[in-house]
Amino acid sequence: MSSVRDIISRLGGMPMGFATVLKTFFRKPVTVQYPEQKKPMSARFRGRHHLKRYDDGLEKCIGCALCAAACPADAIYVEAAENTNEQRFSPGERYSKTYEINMLRCIFCGYCEDACPTNAIVLEPIEFPTGYTREGMIYAKDKLLEPAPAGVQGTPQVTPPGKYERAILPYPPIDASV
Amino acid sequence: MADMINLTIDGIPVAVPKGTVIVDAAKKIDNDIPVFCYHPKLKPVGMCRMCLVEVGTPKMDPATKQVVKTEDGKAVIAWMPKLATACTTPVSEGMAVRTNTKQVLDARNNVLEFLLTSHPLDCPICDKGGECPLQNLTLAHGPGVSRFEYEAKNHNAKHVPLGDLIFLDRERCIQCSRCIRFQDDVADDHVLQFHDRGRHMEIVTFSDPPFDSYFGGNTTDICPVGALTTADFRFKARPWELDSTPSVCTHCAVGCNITLNTRLETRTGGHEIKRVMPRQNEHVNEIWTCDKGRFVHHFTRSTDRLTQPLVRDASGKLAESTWEAALQLVADKVRGKHVAGVIGDRLPNEDAFLFGQLLTDVIKTGSVTMSPAIPAAYADIVRGFGVGKDTEFKQIGKGDTILVVNGDLEESAPVWFLLLRQAVVDRGAKLVMAHDHITKMHRYATKTVNYELGTAANWAATETMALGAELKAARNVLIVFGDEKLSADGARALARALANIMIESGHAGKANSGLLPLYPHANTQGVFDALPEQLASTVAVQHGKRQADVAWLIGVGDPADVPQAAFTVVQELFLTDVAKSANVVLPALSFAERDGSFTSGDRRVQRFYRALPGMGQAKPDWWIIQEVAKRLGKSWGFHGTTEIFAALADSRPDYAGLTYELLGVTESQWPPVGRADLYYGGTAYDNTGGVGARYAARAEQSGFTAVSEAVAPPSADMESLQHLPRTLYQAGELISRSKVLAGHVEYRNSEMTRTAK
Ligand code: SF4
Ligand code: SF4
Ligand code: SF4
Ligand code: SF4
Ligand code: FES
Repeated sequence: MSSVRDIISRLGGMPMGFATVLKTFFRKPVTVQYPEQKKPMSARFRGRHHLKRYDDGLEKCIGCALCAAACPADAIYVEAAENTNEQRFSPGERYSKTYEINMLRCIFCGYCEDACPTNAIVLEPIEFPTGYTREGMIYAKDKLLEPAPAGVQGTPQVTPPGKYERAILPYPPIDASV
Repeated sequence: MADMINLTIDGIPVAVPKGTVIVDAAKKIDNDIPVFCYHPKLKPVGMCRMCLVEVGTPKMDPATKQVVKTEDGKAVIAWMPKLATACTTPVSEGMAVRTNTKQVLDARNNVLEFLLTSHPLDCPICDKGGECPLQNLTLAHGPGVSRFEYEAKNHNAKHVPLGDLIFLDRERCIQCSRCIRFQDDVADDHVLQFHDRGRHMEIVTFSDPPFDSYFGGNTTDICPVGALTTADFRFKARPWELDSTPSVCTHCAVGCNITLNTRLETRTGGHEIKRVMPRQNEHVNEIWTCDKGRFVHHFTRSTDRLTQPLVRDASGKLAESTWEAALQLVADKVRGKHVAGVIGDRLPNEDAFLFGQLLTDVIKTGSVTMSPAIPAAYADIVRGFGVGKDTEFKQIGKGDTILVVNGDLEESAPVWFLLLRQAVVDRGAKLVMAHDHITKMHRYATKTVNYELGTAANWAATETMALGAELKAARNVLIVFGDEKLSADGARALARALANIMIESGHAGKANSGLLPLYPHANTQGVFDALPEQLASTVAVQHGKRQADVAWLIGVGDPADVPQAAFTVVQELFLTDVAKSANVVLPALSFAERDGSFTSGDRRVQRFYRALPGMGQAKPDWWIIQEVAKRLGKSWGFHGTTEIFAALADSRPDYAGLTYELLGVTESQWPPVGRADLYYGGTAYDNTGGVGARYAARAEQSGFTAVSEAVAPPSADMESLQHLPRTLYQAGELISRSKVLAGHVEYRNSEMTRTAK
């Protein structure tokens, strides 16, 4: 006599497979139609990078390439150049002439953000990089740099001599009473 | 050795020569006493107090004048009550030094904290960051936090050009005076000085034009902070991003060892040279280079480099072609024809050798010479009576005589100027200057001889016997000479007369003695040696009058060296004036994009290595020569320069025994530089890639009897009198592509034209 188990094994795994399909068919899907549809992200989610600006429109990035040095995936490429008062991109002497992140290499570890001495590069929970070509996944300054605040001129700016001598802002004075 | 001193450092015994300072003695046993102002190539000043250590000497019994001993027989040490600077304290017998006590460690910590009170610590934007002694020593010995108020920090100008090549960041300077001492004691260009006192003390330049020196770049290597940066490298890359390849400078006869630092760059879409750094070779350039060698690298990635073969088409224009078509055309044109080949003296040995083989063995109806032609008239005399094989410039000193004839050492061979100046000024060699005008080297002359413009050879010929007799008494005799304002005949007569002086004085074929020629480029001797023997010297002298069916020019810049021919083939980096009038122009690789070897003016054969990928379709010159030979039915089958050099060494007796392997051998050198030792010796690179090997002058070889033979100098050498004296920054194809030097080229050349009038 053949048992039920026997019958099932003769039919192969088919009924079990159908059962699984049926079970999940009525479940709520976990996927969304990204990027049209977005799910809320944690405020600390490490999404794609942005290069930040100061309120006066100057770029925070000083082209030091410490992010590139920290990056375990070798995803960042920086070339620096020198600011002048006629063509100023950032405070101090140095700015990033070229800044590229290869989003296909990036593992979104956030080490670049940690390494940055000016908090210029920030991974934000705003979007996740998508693209159709490999080249398109290399984000340069045009995509990374956030727009200048409303009503403020972007970079390069013409700045008065002596105003932006220092690349790195001083720490607030130490409060001796604390 | 008698004058060795025994001492103990942290209980470890060490023996060093008398006069050594404690820092150096400690360094010999790998005890790194931190220093800022001390540099092993400069005289100690004891300015920074970073090197403080505890020093004690054996206690003496005033009554017996004997060392007091403990019961177990050890000397009792009397410790000095205060710390002493290890960089200024010479060792003494029985001295004891402690470098790891709390007192010493505290002193280091305190000195660093003090230095940092006025330091911006803007390492992220500082070009020294990553190879900075202040960073490294702070990490190793300094405090983690500062007690100093940020607001009270000294804020100074950060962008102070000292001349157009070197920039000063006043905030970062720690007032060690290494730069001043280098300029004063090594380069003898007194262009830098301290100004003001205390916290206002700053480096200023007071020369006009500012920082007027050929050696300024070296100050950025030995500056222990990022206070001095070069206009060329400022903000170009971080040190840790750079690849480094050992190479040899091509711009003069010294053959300075250099390191090419390369990195990716979007502008050229590939690697490019970011900076040129000295590579330590204590036999050649020690740890220095001149600014020309440091800054004339931009031609390697110039956008107007030739990247494709060009062939003159039916309409008479040079049009882009393919290698196959161009090589076949050249092969067809040279077959059975009289081919006059000319090869420039910047080309490596291997290419010159193969070119000679092609013209004499394959084409057979060819002749070959080099450009410039004049050195070919006397390079064989240098090969006979050049400096001895074991010559070390460092050993030349007291008792030796240096004779400089008809050449400006600083303009023609800047680093030899540094080394020989030290032989005279620091070590007491006697200097005799014979020249038609005053040069910088004249400052140190013991004796000066003046002769009429262009009569160097006549002077040397008449003085041979007298000088020969006079120089007999010297320990060694080094004769430096140039061919300024001489025709080929005149230059040959001069070299011969000087060789006769070597023979008459009895110094021919000795170490630390011999002729030292001020050749125009890095491989003048090598190209001459690699070319077939007679062709090079005899044909060269009659250059200009040469006529042929085909002229074949490799790296020839001077139109005067171009033979008359119906068909001209040119191998070049750029579309030069010579190339513009050619029928076929073949793009060649620069020295940075290939391997090879050069033979310097003192006959040291040195290897250089490939640092960059080739540009476009350009090929190494030897490859082009080999491909044409193949089309003419000769298959050499060389795969690279290693094999060609082996063939060269086989057929040139002087080079017998030399191999790439041998030239690539390195050795441990003093002082240590770079990497872990950059706090000590500076950021010059240590030697990877080989220190090279000098081949013996013929006068040293057994079976060679030197006889002095008279060569009559030409009676009037008028044609060459119009040439301006040689200057380092002479306008030219390569230097014109370095924008940083443009001002210097213009200034020097206008100065020269002005003084020549
Ligand atoms: S997030 Fe991590 S992997 Fe991505 S660029 Fe930054 S450091 Fe590199
Ligand atoms: S993003 Fe930050 S770490 Fe990266 S180069 Fe710019 S300033 Fe430096
Ligand atoms: S000199 Fe050294 S310590 Fe000072 S800012 Fe530059 S890297 Fe930092
Ligand atoms: S510029 Fe550099 S080498 Fe010169 S004194 Fe200052 S720290 Fe020393
Ligand atoms: S005082 Fe000795 S190294 Fe500066």
